[in-house]
Amino acid sequence: METHTEEVSRKSKILQALEDQNTNVSFEDPLENDMVLNMGPQHPATHGVLRLLLRLDGETVIGCVPEVGYLHRGYEKLAENCSYHEFIPHTDRLDYLSPMNNNTAYVLAVEKLLGIEAPPRAQYIRVLISELARISSHLMFLGSLAMDVGALTVWMWSFREREKEYDIFENIAGARFTTSYTRIGGLAQDVTPETLAMVKKFIDEFPANLEECEKLLNKNRIFLGRTDGIGVISREKAIDLGLTGPGLRACDVQHDLRRANPYLVYKDLDFDIPVYEGGDALARYYVRMDEMRESTKIVRQVLAKMPAGDVHAFKPKKVLPRKARVYTKMEELIHDFMIVNLGVEPPVGEIYSAVEAPKGELGFYIYSNGEGRPWRLKIRSPSFVNLQSLPTMMMGGMVSDVVAIIGSLDPVMGEADK
Amino acid sequence: MNNLVVEKLKARFGESKIEASEFRGEFTLVVPKEIIVEVCRFLKEDDELKFDLLADLCGIDMNTPMKRFGVIYNLYSLKNKQRIRLKSFVEEEDPKLPTVTSVWGTANWHERETFDMFGIVFEGHPDLRRVYMPEEFEYFPLRKDFPLMGIPGSIPLPKK
Amino acid sequence: MPMGISCCAIEMMAFAGPRFDVSRFGSEVFRFSPRQSDVMIVAGTTTYKMAKVVRKIYDQMPDPKWVIAMGVCTSSGGMYRTYSVVQGIDQFLPVDLYVSGCPPRPDNLINALMKLQTMVQKGQSRGGSPNYGGNPGKDKPEPLPAVTG
Repeated sequence: METHTEEVSRKSKILQALEDQNTNVSFEDPLENDMVLNMGPQHPATHGVLRLLLRLDGETVIGCVPEVGYLHRGYEKLAENCSYHEFIPHTDRLDYLSPMNNNTAYVLAVEKLLGIEAPPRAQYIRVLISELARISSHLMFLGSLAMDVGALTVWMWSFREREKEYDIFENIAGARFTTSYTRIGGLAQDVTPETLAMVKKFIDEFPANLEECEKLLNKNRIFLGRTDGIGVISREKAIDLGLTGPGLRACDVQHDLRRANPYLVYKDLDFDIPVYEGGDALARYYVRMDEMRESTKIVRQVLAKMPAGDVHAFKPKKVLPRKARVYTKMEELIHDFMIVNLGVEPPVGEIYSAVEAPKGELGFYIYSNGEGRPWRLKIRSPSFVNLQSLPTMMMGGMVSDVVAIIGSLDPVMGEADK
Repeated sequence: MNNLVVEKLKARFGESKIEASEFRGEFTLVVPKEIIVEVCRFLKEDDELKFDLLADLCGIDMNTPMKRFGVIYNLYSLKNKQRIRLKSFVEEEDPKLPTVTSVWGTANWHERETFDMFGIVFEGHPDLRRVYMPEEFEYFPLRKDFPLMGIPGSIPLPKK
Repeated sequence: MPMGISCCAIEMMAFAGPRFDVSRFGSEVFRFSPRQSDVMIVAGTTTYKMAKVVRKIYDQMPDPKWVIAMGVCTSSGGMYRTYSVVQGIDQFLPVDLYVSGCPPRPDNLINALMKLQTMVQKGQSRGGSPNYGGNPGKDKPEPLPAVTG
């Protein structure tokens, strides 16, 4: 049991950072004192285990220091001890609101390192599941922002839509979320026509349901009052702080990795990039709502254009062979054994590959020294970098705005803490 | 485009200082640690190149006796939609490197993470504290000599 | 009270959502304050840094109290055998029920809640800290150390 003084001297480093922080908000308080408030890791509105130390003058925030690391599970060290295939289930748990997207991102990075490409049908299905995952993540954003601001009904409705998506994911991959569906060189298994019919039914009903939720929020005086002009960040500051994803597109910067450096089959698909100006919480909300509509457009095009064919690339030493051939043919048995036990062995080198995740730019930097296990795997998680802009957004605002700002930024701590 | 970057850098800083290599269409430049801040500032402020987004900053432990730790900068240009990578190595006995927070503000937390995981000290950093591990943790987890399961007793657990 | 830490928290939210409705079983409201709750559902990977916080919240709950360890990360460390993850919360908390799954389906969690309700009804689990219901006067808790400085 540490004594009170030991605890005070231990905490002093982080309190020092809070007190030393330059603040451009002046306060005229006849008593001339301020208060340190701890919005601790366990809090209903901090979207996971995020700790915020706020320095307050009455209700005004004059300083803020976020503390992360309460969910640090050691992914990068774990990756150095797992083969490339064994790491795929771990990527599910990074941004656990859109696991299919993380699987796709990681597998694209490893395929870039190996220099192989998945067949066209697999690429179309990967686009389909990435966009469904984007819809699922943005629905969660909608539900939690509305709940944080006070509209509980919208949370229930968005969860109803998410449950429909979970049924689709269960049909595709076998699990509701934490799917681990993609594999190096393709996918785990093909989608059945029944599943594609379910996707079509969901996409046909989705815009009407989204409109219902919007009707409750878009012209609501309370919602507009709590998000309009709150949490403003300027364009230059956003680029300087590395903000990516909807946060950047709400600051009048047209940057989307699906258009700028197209991967998979995005260059053959027709969609817009919603950009709003203002840089406040309301703009971020509008960007995400429009992105959901663009995703439904993309899914419709994918369903129409999907080619028939195989979902596994034919590269014997690098792609896991199918089980039917493993049990009957000798070469596939040997390849399966080597890949599972020793790992796919890429050449010596390093790559950085990024995709547009729902939260921002999700990048993987892999340095390989020729073995089946990566020598260094760095995950560039969007939430970790987006959280850095939180103090800038909060300066001068009130305590009740803190909740709305965190909700509009939509961090996921599983990704921020790796 | 990437050849343009290499040519401009070599013209400005000298042939011998920058080594360039390519793998899978990506360029990597090894830069000595003394000039890293000037190189970064040049790459950001040049009108043609304009690498204004620091996508990633990480550390790596090469586990060699000389130049054990490296710091890797992944840059992105919003205007030209190009990526480039810079690498800079430090020794084990003196793992110090100047900070690039004056060039890109986003490097703040990335450098804190590199310090937390490898022990590389960034000189001039405004607030160098640990970010993932608790403040009083004494070891650096991502070094190759730190075991995966950790060192028992390094972080205290509350009693049952 | 829901101690939602990571991915299992999303399944816990779905368990309170419209499809797997937990308010049918009497647990309509999730009280986020420990002073007003009976059951703590720990959902998500507990790291050493977070363990102190979880223990503090557990200590603030009034007796009788029960703990449900949801998911494999809380039962045994799960798929994370690393330097920063506690291999099972029963190293620092007395647990009444373990729910397995990564993450457990919400149906599984409803099953766990119903089992807990039966356990309490049959008297198999009295719940609470070791001093609860003990001999008053005999098992006195240790006095807190004096605050100096």
